[in-house]
Amino acid sequence: MTVDRRMDYLESVRGYLSSVVYPVQYLVNLPVRVGDWMSEALTSRQQLLEENERLRAQNLLLKTHTQKYQALVLENQRLRGLIESPIRQGERVLVADMMAVEQDTSTQKFVINKGSKEGVYIGQPIVDAKGVMGQIVHVGQSSSTGMMVTDHEHALPVEVIRSGVRAIASGVGAKGEMRLDYVPPESDIKEGDLLVSSGLGGHFPEGYPVGVVSKVDLHPGDKFMQIRVRPVASLAKAREVLLVWPEVNEFEFETRPGKVAHR
Amino acid sequence: MQIRNNYSIILVTFFVAFILTAMPLPDWIAAWRPAWVALVLVYWSLALPHRVNLFTAFILGILLDVLQGSLLGQNAIGLTIIVFITAKLHLQVRQYPLYQQSIFVGLLVAVYLGMIAWVNGMIGRPPESWAFFAPVLTSILLWPWLFVILRDIRRRAIVT
Repeated sequence: MTVDRRMDYLESVRGYLSSVVYPVQYLVNLPVRVGDWMSEALTSRQQLLEENERLRAQNLLLKTHTQKYQALVLENQRLRGLIESPIRQGERVLVADMMAVEQDTSTQKFVINKGSKEGVYIGQPIVDAKGVMGQIVHVGQSSSTGMMVTDHEHALPVEVIRSGVRAIASGVGAKGEMRLDYVPPESDIKEGDLLVSSGLGGHFPEGYPVGVVSKVDLHPGDKFMQIRVRPVASLAKAREVLLVWPEVNEFEFETRPGKVAHR
Repeated sequence: MQIRNNYSIILVTFFVAFILTAMPLPDWIAAWRPAWVALVLVYWSLALPHRVNLFTAFILGILLDVLQGSLLGQNAIGLTIIVFITAKLHLQVRQYPLYQQSIFVGLLVAVYLGMIAWVNGMIGRPPESWAFFAPVLTSILLWPWLFVILRDIRRRAIVT
């Protein structure tokens, strides 16, 4: 157990063994998949037409957004060229399904149906449609385990999008809550501020929404503020998640957790 | 008469126990989930201590750790300890009436959860409340039924 906690040797053993328990995970997930399939197969024509209509409208909306986005990307690249900062490319993503498999209740973990076959690696960021969900902690052949941003052991460098204040968002082990550590009292941060990943530390690409500040407490005499954060990703009910392969071209970062990034 | 020996049935019951462990439940009831693998393991080590021993417990514990994403060996040490106790006392416990067996099993599950809580505490994740030990109660209530069902399975399938 000490070896598993402190070192990486056993990670490959865990990888192999996870193929052994994969049938269990698959079977447990099966009723949910059958349910999904049934509800898809049994929807009426009317419902399908309505859904089609809705999606069409949404698509139009998103297309106009994309046009604006393209212009912004070009502008961003030009500005970055002016200040001679390296240009960032887009990231590669892959859609994965969350499997309905219960994990150890003292942790905030979940299982997804992609593994080393698809190139998933340890420390890989996971996001959903709204924001950052967490990162991969164990990889198996065809399934992997992810840790949510609200887990005890999870911490993520973030910045306040309004003022640029940087901090570290750590999980507290409860669903739907995070904590900002080591924010000095004079920092410009208030309730309702949106936090995005800052990209420092090298694991997470920058700019993904992480959470909204829900409570700021400052006791006179304390060295740091006590700040509570509500994550924006729908951690409890997400069914589909995105695995992100960040393009890091500024530094060569180590991809294994727990090691210091170096040039 | 040819005597068949279907001890692969044991593997099937463990497989089912794993599925019941991993099955998603609503949040309010998830804390009350009985320790399925521990219960089935205790049954088999009471009934057939020569088939299900410490080694079985260790292997199952490691697999359970992989399934649940917990620290490798955490469940293994808990299960190994309770099978050790069961194996020591199996001749005695077999003679108990069912309700007394339930209490014995409840104690075993408490020891098992205690080991897990202890390891969790050492790595800085102490259990948040006494609700962590809720499976002890459900396991006690479940034992008589589980015992009867598994005994019937064992007799029907002639597992020795």
